Parts: sequence; C-alpha cells; structure tokens
Amino acid sequence: MTPARLIAALALLTAALAMASLAWDPAGLRAVAARDPDLARAILLELRLPRTALALLIGASLGAGGAAMQGLLRNPLASPDVLGPSTGAALGAILAGYQFGGGPLAIAGGGITGAVAALLLLLALAGPAAGTATLVLAGVAISALAGAAMNLALSLAPSPYALYDLMFWLFGSLADRSLPQLAIAAPWLLLGTAALLACRHRLDSLALGEDVAQSLGVDIPRLRWTIVIATGVTTGAGVAVAGSIGFVGLIVPHLVRPLVGGRPGAALLPSALAGAALLTAADMAVRLPIAGEELKLGVLTALIGAPFFLALVLRGRGQ
Amino acid sequence: MTLAAIAIARPPMLAPLSLELVPGSVTGVIGPNGSGKTTLLRALAGLSRGPGTVTIDGALLATLPAARRARRLAWLPSTRDLAWPMLARHLVALGLGPGAARDDAAIAAALAAADAGGFATRRVDTLSTGERARVLLARALVASPDWLLLDEPTANLDPWHRLAVMALLRREAGRGAGVVVALHDLDLARRHCDRLLLLSGGNLVADGPPDTVLSPANLARVFAIRDGIAGWEALAAPPAS
Repeated sequence: MTPARLIAALALLTAALAMASLAWDPAGLRAVAARDPDLARAILLELRLPRTALALLIGASLGAGGAAMQGLLRNPLASPDVLGPSTGAALGAILAGYQFGGGPLAIAGGGITGAVAALLLLLALAGPAAGTATLVLAGVAISALAGAAMNLALSLAPSPYALYDLMFWLFGSLADRSLPQLAIAAPWLLLGTAALLACRHRLDSLALGEDVAQSLGVDIPRLRWTIVIATGVTTGAGVAVAGSIGFVGLIVPHLVRPLVGGRPGAALLPSALAGAALLTAADMAVRLPIAGEELKLGVLTALIGAPFFLALVLRGRGQ
Repeated sequence: MTLAAIAIARPPMLAPLSLELVPGSVTGVIGPNGSGKTTLLRALAGLSRGPGTVTIDGALLATLPAARRARRLAWLPSTRDLAWPMLARHLVALGLGPGAARDDAAIAAALAAADAGGFATRRVDTLSTGERARVLLARALVASPDWLLLDEPTANLDPWHRLAVMALLRREAGRGAGVVVALHDLDLARRHCDRLLLLSGGNLVADGPPDTVLSPANLARVFAIRDGIAGWEALAAPPAS
C-alpha cells in the first residue's frame, strides 16, 4: 500500500467512525426525535458533537505526538507524555478543581495552565540549547515531581467525594463533555497537531542521526523544541478536558510505521488519523452497556494497550 | 572550499588550522586513532561549535539555505547505526535533503554506484554492516554534492568493495566534486589520493602529495610503523596520542 492510499484509507475509516459516533444508536435517536425534536438536536449538538470532536482531536494529537516523540528520541518506546506537561496538566487540573469547586471549565483551564507551566519549567531547567538526552532527563524529573505533587494533592483532598471525583476524572473519559470544553481544548489540539505534521520531512532526516540531519540543513534545536512544545500543549489540553488516556500515543505509531517503510516522519499523518480512529472507536465501545456503568476510556485504552505489548513480546520471542 | 582558522578546544582537540581544498581531487585525511580526523571532517561539514568558518566558493557554509545544502556538501559519519528499520531506497532518498522532491533516477544511480542496487527494497536492519555501509555511502552520493566529506567509507568493506569505493571517489572527483576522505588504510591512501593531510595529536603535521607525506620519517614518528619487506611492521612503542 502506498502512503497516499494508506492515508486515504485511514481518513475514510476515521470519517466513518466519526459519523457512527455521532449517530450512535440511530433507532433510539429517531425515537427521541419523534417525541421531542429539540431534545434530539441537543443530544446531537451538545453531547455527541463535542464528544466525537474531542475523540478525533485528542486521538489525532496522541497519534501524531507519539510518532513525533518516537522519531525525535529515536526510540520506539517513547510516548507523547514522557516529558512532564501531561502530568503538569493533571496537577493543574486537580489544584484548579480544589480552588474553583471542580467545575469542568475550571479543571480544563487549570489543566492547560499546568501543562504550559511544566513546559516553561522544562525550558528553564534544560535550557534552549539542551541536547536531547538532557531534555529527556529534565522532562522525566518534572514529570516525577508533578506526579508526586499530584498524589500529595489527592491525599489532601477536602472531602472523600472530591477525591472520588478527581480519581475518576483522571482515569480518562469523554462522557458528558460540553461545547465550551471543546472550545477550550480545540485550538491547542489543532495548532499543536498541525505543528507536529509540519515537522514530517525534518523528522525523516533525523532517522540518519542528529548530526547528519544538521549537515542536511535541519535546525535541530528548533525541531526539538517544536516537537516538545507541540506535544506538550496537545497532551496537556487532552488531559485538561478528558483526563489521562494512555497507550494510544505509544501503540499507534508502532502499528503505522511498518506500513510507511519505517520512516518516522512519513508515519506522522497516518498516525494522527489512526489515533483519531482508535480513540473514536474506543469511545464508542465504552458506551456499550456492559456493567451498567460506563467504562472509563483511559481504562479501556490501557486494556487494549497492554495485550498489544504482550503481542510484541511474543513476536520478538519468535524471532 | 576554505576552512579558515578553525579551532576546536574541547577533546578530541584540533589545533587551529586553515585549509584550502580544491574541487576535482581526492584528499585523504590520515592519522592514528584520536588524531582528529573525524573532528576535522565535522568542522568542514559545519558541525563544530568552535570558532572558525567554512566557506564554499566564497560563501559562508553557515549561511547557506537549508534547501541548497544537500547539493553543496554531504557528510558521511563513520557510525553505521540506524534507529529505524527503513527500506534502503527510503534511506538513500533522505540524502536529497528534507522535503526535496523524490528523484527515483538519482536514488537508483546512487545505489548502483555504491554497488547496493540489489538492496533497494531491503530493510537496512536486515543488511550486514558492510552492506549497510554501502547504502549509507549511496545516501551521501545521491544529491551529487559539490563536496563529499567521508569518514572512513571503506571501514567494514571487503577488499573488492574497498577498491571499488576508491575508484568511485576518483570518478566523483572526475565529475568535479571535491572529495575529502578519512582513511586508515595507508595503501589505499597512497594509491588513490591526490593529496594527504596527516594529523597527529590534533595537529596537521604534513600536507602534500602521498609520497611526500608517507615518508619513512613521518610513518615512524606518527604511526610508529615502518614499511617492511612483507608489509607494514610495528615499531616497539605505540603511536603517541
């Protein structure tokens, strides 16, 4: 399959899944529309639309962010949340939740503020001329610090209910997300993902190593910070509105890269599309009434992700 | 190509030196381990942070637009490690520069020149070290750059391919390219280079035609070897570093 055909196929799949997510349970939706057309419109525009759009945007940003981070670090085990901004977003969201009563918009604003603060701290700590290894070390340190602060904040929760709510929120979900939440997160997700996609040629050059890429005219520090900042704001914005959704950014580039001849940059756009498709499909799956309670999206992606790695291990053993 | 008063202070060190290199010829860079061959080639490729400038036809390398760099010079490091299991033809295409239009004819020609045409659709992680070295060499050749800066391109190659690579560099010089090549094989250096730069401990200690540079005195002083009846013979003490 040529890359162009792969992209077309994935775009079709993503579009089909998005339509299915919007028109989920068509019989039930028609029944509601027959009784109360306004209610049906509200379900479609105020519940289904933000939910589907967020699944698409967050999935795309996780797929592209994972592909970009793996390409930058030249490591197939890198994920978009390795450098701290996503943990910073979770910490910011929890603090904002305490301070401003736990409303979804306060949590979203706090999350994005936390992600940006973590990025600024990373820039201050590593310095603009930092090499990739220094950057990763600084990012892991910030991530650990923010994680510890997050656990401290959770253990100091003002009430068991607040703790319960925030823990559940952290598991990751797109249920009951509103248009204002979409409006807060969408610009970051769109701009960040677009910035990542614009790196594709330079990321391919990076396959030859940072020095060779530089000898070919790639501005390595600029590329490095573009990817770090873009993945930072997208993962941060994702955590801010949907909690933490793991494994998508790790798995999707793995699946896509062999289909584009192993090229890290050429994997960016297909990874974004496949991430959008995967998260939209997963979000439809959690809506299936299994245990009465809706399954958490982040729990489901982890449930899908862990066996995937098991499959990689088994394949590696066979070779 | 002119390298003006470049000095690299941190190890491996290279004492201040200025060089004028002429296109259409093969210049060999020789010296023991740690003498500064790689550092010199990196400096020529514009990869050192130290003071000093590289100019090509009077234009500063540092100010050359990224889009024109790949046609101006190609630098091939001595490392053969690759992060991703890419197809050989995709890897060679990267030599055209980031975002350059794909040029299938140039890719095929470069792979053929490095005798790697049979590997075009192979994944580079399935190739042997020597085969991968030839694919990487094709990557350096693909844009037909004005300058080829090659760090031990003959390492890991079998005898036939070593000679083939030196003949290829000669042809590249014949089309007008300037070739600068770091070599450990002094026989190849003597037979296939027009000019040799002899480095020792970060200093340029000799510069000239091979027969002058590879004098018995230089060989003894820099490499601690002598030209014996049955080939190179080691002197008692290793070369000073």
